[in-house]
Amino acid sequence: MSHYSALSILRNGLSGNKEWSRAWRDPAPKPSYDVVIVGGGGHGLATAYYLAKEHGIRNVAVLEKGWLGGGNTGRNTTIVRSTYMMPGNTQFYERSLQLWENLSQELNYNVMMSQRGYYYVFHSPGQGEALRRRANVMRSNGIDAEFFDRVEIMKRLPHLDYSATARFPIHGAFLQGRAGTARHDAVAWGFARGANQQGVDIIQQCEVVGYIWDKDKIIGVETTRGPIRANKVALAVAGHTSHLASKAGLRLPIETHVLQAFVTEPVKPLVDHVIVYGGAHFYISQSDKGGLVLGGDLDGFNSYAQRGGLPVVEHTLQSAIALMPSLSRLRLLRHWAGAMDMTMDGSPIIAKMPIEGLWLNGGWCYGGFKATPASGYCFAWTIAKGEPHPDNAKFTLDRFERGYQIDESGSGPYPKAH
Amino acid sequence: MTARRLATGGRINRSLSFTVQFDGRPYRAHPGDTLASALLANGQQIVGRSFKYHRPRGLVAAGVEETNALVHLREGDRHEPNAQATMVEVFDGLTSTSQNVWPSLQFDVGAINGLLSRFFGAGFYYKTFIGPFSGTKFWMFCEGFIRRAAGMGRATTFPDPDHYEKINAFCDVLIVGAGPAGIAAALAAGRRGDNVILVEQDRDLGGSLLSEPFGSTSDGWLTQALAELDDLPNVRVLTRTTAFGAYDCEVFGLVERVQDHVLAPDEGKPRQRYWVVRTKRAVLATGAIERPMVFAGNDVPGVMLISAVRSYLNRYAVLAGERIVVATNNDSAYTAAIELANSGAKVTICDLRREIPAHLGANAKNAGIDLRPGQAVLKVVGGKSVKAAYLVPVTPEGKAMGRRVRISCDLVAASGGWVPTLHLWSQRFGKPHYDKELDTFLPSVEKGAFTCVGSLVGSPSLRDSLLQGHKAGGGTGKEPALFGHADFWGRNLLPVAVITRADGSTPGKAFVDFQHDVKLADIDQAHLEGYVSVEHLKRYTTSGMAADQGKTSNLNALARMAELRGLTIPNVGTTTFRPPYTPVAIGAIVGHDHGLHLRPTRLSTIHDWHKENGAEMMDAGVWLRPWYYPVNGESLNEAYVREAAHVREHAGIVDVSTLGKIAVQGPDAAEFLNRVYVNGFKTLPVGRLRYGIMLREDGFVFDDGATARIGENEFFMSTTTANAAKVLAWAEHLLQTAWRDLKVHVTSVTDQWAAIAIAGPKSGRVLMDITGADLSREALPNNHFTLVTIDDVPCRLHRMSFSGELAYELYVPAKRGREIWEALIAIGVPYNLKPYGLEAMGALRIEKGHIAGSEIEGRTTMKDLGLEGFASSKKPFVGSVLRKRSLLEDPLRPCLVGLEIMGDAGARAGSLLYALNAPTKGHGEGWVSATTYSPALKKNIALALLSRGPQRFGETIQVVDFVGNQSWQAKVVSHHFFDPEGHRQNG
Amino acid sequence: MLRIHCPVCGLRDETEFTYGEDATIRRPDMNETDPKIWHDYVFIRENPRGPHKEYWHHVVGCRQWIVVERDTLTHEMFGSVLAREAAV
Repeated sequence: MSHYSALSILRNGLSGNKEWSRAWRDPAPKPSYDVVIVGGGGHGLATAYYLAKEHGIRNVAVLEKGWLGGGNTGRNTTIVRSTYMMPGNTQFYERSLQLWENLSQELNYNVMMSQRGYYYVFHSPGQGEALRRRANVMRSNGIDAEFFDRVEIMKRLPHLDYSATARFPIHGAFLQGRAGTARHDAVAWGFARGANQQGVDIIQQCEVVGYIWDKDKIIGVETTRGPIRANKVALAVAGHTSHLASKAGLRLPIETHVLQAFVTEPVKPLVDHVIVYGGAHFYISQSDKGGLVLGGDLDGFNSYAQRGGLPVVEHTLQSAIALMPSLSRLRLLRHWAGAMDMTMDGSPIIAKMPIEGLWLNGGWCYGGFKATPASGYCFAWTIAKGEPHPDNAKFTLDRFERGYQIDESGSGPYPKAH
Repeated sequence: MTARRLATGGRINRSLSFTVQFDGRPYRAHPGDTLASALLANGQQIVGRSFKYHRPRGLVAAGVEETNALVHLREGDRHEPNAQATMVEVFDGLTSTSQNVWPSLQFDVGAINGLLSRFFGAGFYYKTFIGPFSGTKFWMFCEGFIRRAAGMGRATTFPDPDHYEKINAFCDVLIVGAGPAGIAAALAAGRRGDNVILVEQDRDLGGSLLSEPFGSTSDGWLTQALAELDDLPNVRVLTRTTAFGAYDCEVFGLVERVQDHVLAPDEGKPRQRYWVVRTKRAVLATGAIERPMVFAGNDVPGVMLISAVRSYLNRYAVLAGERIVVATNNDSAYTAAIELANSGAKVTICDLRREIPAHLGANAKNAGIDLRPGQAVLKVVGGKSVKAAYLVPVTPEGKAMGRRVRISCDLVAASGGWVPTLHLWSQRFGKPHYDKELDTFLPSVEKGAFTCVGSLVGSPSLRDSLLQGHKAGGGTGKEPALFGHADFWGRNLLPVAVITRADGSTPGKAFVDFQHDVKLADIDQAHLEGYVSVEHLKRYTTSGMAADQGKTSNLNALARMAELRGLTIPNVGTTTFRPPYTPVAIGAIVGHDHGLHLRPTRLSTIHDWHKENGAEMMDAGVWLRPWYYPVNGESLNEAYVREAAHVREHAGIVDVSTLGKIAVQGPDAAEFLNRVYVNGFKTLPVGRLRYGIMLREDGFVFDDGATARIGENEFFMSTTTANAAKVLAWAEHLLQTAWRDLKVHVTSVTDQWAAIAIAGPKSGRVLMDITGADLSREALPNNHFTLVTIDDVPCRLHRMSFSGELAYELYVPAKRGREIWEALIAIGVPYNLKPYGLEAMGALRIEKGHIAGSEIEGRTTMKDLGLEGFASSKKPFVGSVLRKRSLLEDPLRPCLVGLEIMGDAGARAGSLLYALNAPTKGHGEGWVSATTYSPALKKNIALALLSRGPQRFGETIQVVDFVGNQSWQAKVVSHHFFDPEGHRQNG
Repeated sequence: MLRIHCPVCGLRDETEFTYGEDATIRRPDMNETDPKIWHDYVFIRENPRGPHKEYWHHVVGCRQWIVVERDTLTHEMFGSVLAREAAV
């Protein structure tokens, strides 16, 4: 495997780009592994990478039913931030952001982590107070957060609607400067290449259809490419977690919902930051290619269809113009959707399951992409050591029984509300 | 290329002409032209520069698949980027400029990138710009340049001066595409009496027939068909309308470009109109797009699709070249080639196929065409225009064999086959199937409520298309009047569109995706590196991800990958199409729902009085409520302190109409309330009211409010403003699902009653004066209810208090709200009755330690909020079991307390709490939920949730607002700051 | 956009409704005291990939809760009944 650098580009360019080697091998599955990770998205691949690198567990396979990064890894709006105030979330997402900050060097793969800042614009004193509490929790935990009034925001974000006809006038904004965006595909590919370099087998077009049991213990998986045994089976299949868990007889506090994303035609730089509109659930940023990337609310009903409907298209675009009136003449290029694991409190699960041999990483709701490196790091730790890392210790399955809901929005046990 | 307008022919209006501008130069155009045809007619070869290498690019197409000719259109606040010149109808005063060029289109410095292209291969940016140091600084430095270089056109920063509208429509049959098949379907369905909508993205109906020579047989059929459609009142024809998306349950999104073909919309007309069409059946007749051939230099201006060359010839009377090489692998190119020859061009056809249908060969020869079977274009020579083409004999796999011949030419017109426009079908149903003979993906002819017809399903001839349309429209019995037997593309195709040397290489750059500058070599490199699945290929090389969404590139990229992997195309796969089919202006979908109309604004019936009397208003959800009533230029702080103090001394009046109000009626009403409230309601006597608390199913506090028993079987419930809708929906849910046996009706009466709270020591006298009723403390004690009349208007009166004063809530029929409010103000003059707003109401409730939305924030329990005493221990209620979960009983949980802030300044809500000498790190011991200056106590006070709070009264703690860079010390006290015994409200 | 059949009002747009939840879960009896049973009711979902019976509320229509059967993978609709008339 070659090391990527400007020099490698130069050398390969001069030889007609015919010497590049595969970013990852395409091995046939072995009959058994120490750990089988189900799901070749960012989380599964990151888990494999950290299992090998941090814990020396290299006899690992990642099984992917389609192509790497083909689920929510390749469908999200690429926002990375650590603006969480509930104990459990705060530390976890900050660890993730810190991993992001050096991920390109770590993987020798440019994941294009761009810390262009994340502004949350608010529209009432009450909304400002709730955000202030969040910002204060971040600051007291050593995470950067700033607060600005309307006058300052008018200077910093010039094209927003500050007119008298704004339905929800802008009172001010909260900023996390270290937040930003990254290139989603690169994260999957970078972790895949990194894991592969350490001996992990990455097996695409291999769907898990069931489990191999020894009495009440799981000792492997049945796949479309035959049985594969494993000491530990780890699920990282957010969007389809319930489906795979149900094959093991597990019922979970998860509903699968549709979340849409939108991109406009590419234009010259117009939006430098990630901006969130507090008047409705809406966020916008601009990709390096120039397309404005927009996101909004869930479609609001259980669905695995990865296809969204017009009501949310309308709502999202309405919010876009409410925030930035000049977007009206810009054209929507494409909208698509992902299947989201929505938990009952809006926070994830990274834990050993009550079934021997089975580990679970899922329930990512809106937070999956930004969590990718820390999710892999903590899941690998949990699998390797048999107990959680302090940063994911609260992401248990039994927290609902114990009354510890990590409810960042205070919306209650209603998945579509998170 | 030496394109020119022909003296005759075409479907343009030569009697009118005007000039349009491109890059500051004037071009003569006629109505009927597009910007593209006008530029071509005037010999403008270069219309844009490519994204990455800034290569000069000319027109490839004549329609929606155009990938190079993206321009800035109009100026100022009507400016728009990335307009396809082929889709822009000309109008007088049209201005356009090229985009992504510097300093000019002819000479673009960015073209230097082309020299370095070998270093800008697929995915190069993933491998570099990582930088030698940790962190993201180096990448972000490089990224700044990349962002400026990327991005195509420039967007306006002005608000849009035009308006848009939305229409909801319903029909029996929606027909998308008004080519021959679509028109035949519309005629058949229309004759049956179906309610039909026929949608066409073009200005004119006819589809491919518009590319037939003017005066052809088809024109007669078309004229007759359109006249008949016109006479069918049940057929609605929408031109300039794109069906951009097919959604669940046969719902389609359409955008009609009502006034995009003029300089500015006529007064009162929308620029565009967004249609949401719900149909019972859909007929897709969306045709097919020609597939380019891939060979070296295939992006030189003057290499075009032959279908486009034919459109320019027959529709716009523009001959795109004089010396033309036609490259094809199928029959469809011949008609055009012969017409070009007949128009005076010198035409050479190189046809990949060795066997050519005899009649085609004969016709070509008769037209004087040099026909070269078994040959292909290996390379086009030229920079800013085509100079020559190298023709070479090829194997059936498209590999050069033998000597190449240079032919001087100014236009290369190519057809690599056709790709059906199956976007709408695929949006709805996913993966299409591969047809080996046609070498392309096809939709199912019938699926669900969809029928696909015409070129979309590879119909082999015009006659077949018409018949398919006729049947799909519901036509039966005798065949419709048919004409013509013109061959379509769907036959005799040699499935090869990539021409290379024997070793698979090309003598120069050969492009797959023009707009994104993806070369054949990039596909090869992606293959080498293992990005071989169709999605990886697309994402790694960016092929098919440009603004044209791969309309001309997807299949060629797939074909190359299939060849490299030794697989068939279907085994490599295909991507799923996503809406919209073509880019859609955001403003169109939004219609009028922006600015103040983003969401409805709810107003109390007393709203106008507040405005007339100087109230500052505040958004509360979708409501507008009086915030404070400044007198003599008072600030917010001055006003609310005065208002709150006034209430405690005299009397105040506040509009609380936004409270949710629900009528709970029926024999089991008391039982129902007993279940949903933590308090007991079964024994509440008629004429009494009770403050009640509701929990969510998971045991956290949901809502609170007072409910009065106004009859044995009737209660009048109030909820918070924020939760009014949620409480009602949830009550209905319980009654209609789990508790179907309960005989109860719940009905929202929020809009039926205006609500006015009157508080303060003199409030009772105001109300006695106006009602004439005995409201003495004996007659109406606190938490009692009575009916009163004011000016013969029956009203409901609660005696209850949020402020802690003697207080009432008066419910009056909403329409009489303002009238009675004014009557109260008038009668209250002797008692010094004054209005107060939300801010003063907040100050009063904080003084009393009453909870509101900032404490009921979704994560607090009754125990946290000191409300445990309200819960009945004698009965189960919603949430009664789960509220006892172990961690919810944790003694360390933050609980509601009062804080007296030391010093002169008040603390800020959202601040965190720490023990006096503890380090201010971590999540702290609690947080401040609400703050105010208390006029009654002459202190800055706050409500807060503090770990073990009630055990810490008297302790001094730190209050820190990190982001405000402020901190305070505060004394922990009971949250019942003022009159804790309740003498004032009860006495 | 889904089009949902309301037994009272007929075929209507999704935007007239709000989504509830899985309609196969049964609320425990009010006198149930086992926290495990309440936990399962409030938090645990089958979340099937395929046919799904679910509650929708015709919130800007007749305000009836209805039970709709719909495929969560294809969004195909199989029919709907009033919740108060649905088989328990």
